[in-house]
Amino acid sequence: MADLAARGETPEILFWVGCAGAFDDRYKRVTRAFVRILEHVGVNYAVLGMEESCTGDPAKRAGNEFLFQMQAMQNITTLNGYGIKKVVTACPHCFNTIKNEYPALGGEYEVIHHSTFLQQLINEGKVKAEGGESFKGRRITFHDSCYLGRANNIYEAPRAVLEVLDADLLEMKRCKTNGLCCGAGGAQMWKEPEPGKKDINVERAEEALATLDGDADVLLNLQGVESTAPVLPAGSNRGGSVIAVACPFCMTMMADGVKNKERESDVQVFDLAELIASAEGLNA
Amino acid sequence: MHFSIQNILFLLVAVAGFGLFAWQARKIRANILVGRDRDMSGHVNERLWKTLLVAFGQQKMFKRLTPAILHLIVYIGFIVINIEVIEILIDGIFGTHRVLSFLGPLYSLLTGTNEVLGALVVLAVAALWWRRNVKGVRRFTGPEMRAWPRLDANVILYIEVVLMAALFLMNAADLKLHGASLPGAFPISQFLTGLLPDSPTALHVLERVGWWAHIVGILLFLNYLPSSKHFHIIMAFPNVYYSRLVPQGQFSNVDSITHEVKAMMDPTYQVPAPATEPDGSAAAPTPFGAKDVNDLAWTNLLNAYSCTECGRCTSVCPANITGKLLSPRKIIMDTRDRVEEKYNSPLIFNPNLYGKEAKHDPQEQLDRENHTLLRGYVTPEELWACTTCNACVEACPVNINPLESIVEMRRFLVLEESAAPNSLNVMFSNIENNGAPWAFSPSDRFNWADDLFVAEK
Ligand code: SF4
Ligand code: SF4
Repeated sequence: MADLAARGETPEILFWVGCAGAFDDRYKRVTRAFVRILEHVGVNYAVLGMEESCTGDPAKRAGNEFLFQMQAMQNITTLNGYGIKKVVTACPHCFNTIKNEYPALGGEYEVIHHSTFLQQLINEGKVKAEGGESFKGRRITFHDSCYLGRANNIYEAPRAVLEVLDADLLEMKRCKTNGLCCGAGGAQMWKEPEPGKKDINVERAEEALATLDGDADVLLNLQGVESTAPVLPAGSNRGGSVIAVACPFCMTMMADGVKNKERESDVQVFDLAELIASAEGLNA
Repeated sequence: MHFSIQNILFLLVAVAGFGLFAWQARKIRANILVGRDRDMSGHVNERLWKTLLVAFGQQKMFKRLTPAILHLIVYIGFIVINIEVIEILIDGIFGTHRVLSFLGPLYSLLTGTNEVLGALVVLAVAALWWRRNVKGVRRFTGPEMRAWPRLDANVILYIEVVLMAALFLMNAADLKLHGASLPGAFPISQFLTGLLPDSPTALHVLERVGWWAHIVGILLFLNYLPSSKHFHIIMAFPNVYYSRLVPQGQFSNVDSITHEVKAMMDPTYQVPAPATEPDGSAAAPTPFGAKDVNDLAWTNLLNAYSCTECGRCTSVCPANITGKLLSPRKIIMDTRDRVEEKYNSPLIFNPNLYGKEAKHDPQEQLDRENHTLLRGYVTPEELWACTTCNACVEACPVNINPLESIVEMRRFLVLEESAAPNSLNVMFSNIENNGAPWAFSPSDRFNWADDLFVAEK
């Protein structure tokens, strides 16, 4: 961004990478996939690079309001300094914080989550999900991120994005407003869970796996809500079923849950951006 | 119209009943107002609309169909049958009999509907009782559901039956006494007349018994409400009216901190003068976050008085589902208990004993002098288990927000006591030092771009 500013230019959108997108090895792949899509459609974008700092979301949810506001003011100063109007991010936590909590501190931007952004690209015909990997006949179930769904009422965009993949889309029993948290929000990502019967991500992964393993004749489309299918024996390969996520924390949590159930061999966790990039043949 | 000792008695009973209720309501209002100020004015249309949908329209109940229908019957029955109460009041005061009968066919419609609804209410109540006591729906249990809340839940069901029985007794006796000359329609009572004695004196007495039982029952019920979760039949309306209108993901902003941070970043920033007491002395600084009930916003206390203890919040809480201590319902019930323990109990009798039994830490329990909402009732372990997922907020049929109270108490733990779990302190210092919750150097922030156009598997 600094380079762009030095040339006196302002980008159309600022891609807010987020800490997970910048540092988490798994999620860096999502960042790259999303950037390839941005390049592919030729959007004029920029990133802050080293000038980006944590939005303060984990600090705020953990109760450290002071640290949150320090981070927020610093980021707002940076963004305002560059005259940013529009921010796109793949992280629902960054999205929520910048969209809902920055305005009171002087940061007013149009903030878009990448699921909504991808949906727009699809609607405009700029992304067709053709020419790359085919998802025909593969099963995908979408895990709602709390900070996208309940926190901001975004339920349709990620589903609309998945619809172009021509895969078999299944809904979990708890989805949309009734979705179950992956267990990472509210700063849980950085601490051990409190003692209990089970970890939240395992509970959620079990539910996702049960949905993906469901019997073929009760395949539900996106309008369906419940999947009460009998569960197939674990390990029966279905040609790579997918748990789709739209959040870095959900990604980590669901991947760990799948590992916990020893199903990595046949079930993978992908972000929407990765799925679209593969379908568009942008993986090189 | 003929005045008699009955009218005077009735007047006394009615005045006492309503007066007592007003006295209790005033105390509860005072309890709610010990909470911190929060400006909830404005957005009147939006708020009214929400109240219409969620409180009158029971919108959020319909997430679960069976209880929604049963609840709807009792709710509509309650409202419609209360039209009868208007008649009873007028009859009682002026010594008239069935004063609304001048309405003619409309009166028949009214009494007829009343009876049908009354019968439906009895059936619904039976079904609700069965769900609660026999079927064992999971959310009706849990550590916070002590003896009193469980009894309380049933008491209302019994009261409903008694009130309906009184109504039918009154109608049936009246009908047998007057026969076809009685105005109104009595689709249910007409089958009950056979059960009654034939003597007109006895019938007259039975009619009076039914009549008095109905109205006295209602007045007793009214005064039972403030001690009970059934207070929600009143509080749901203001509670929904004052519910949050911003996105659920938006957490409140602490203004005093904003001033401090601004002053740190910009030395020329003018921090507004601290608040003063009415007498001009500087007000004691308010703590960050909430330690006790008076540190919560008044809306959070309003929440506590509106809770139906239905447990919908707890049954969708991911922490609770996976066996952690956290139960959003408990947080809300604790808040109510604590308000009533710390301030005047507004109740004639004080059965809200669940808090005293619900504490997790026996040591805290001994320290009754010094305890507060936080630690005295709610343990840090509960608070730290929350993922801030908003499932509880979404689930609550009366728009209660347990999450807000949870975050306020977390704020107190972190900002006043520095009592966050150690791993969170590590996260805080990472953000402070590296601008990221993980221990990575900011100079590595762009590394993801290194192999951007290298093929990936
Ligand atoms: S927000 Fe917290 S208390 Fe509410 S359901 Fe989620 S984890 Fe439970
Ligand atoms: S807070 Fe709401 S959902 Fe939870 S028990 Fe009370 S009324 Fe029910």
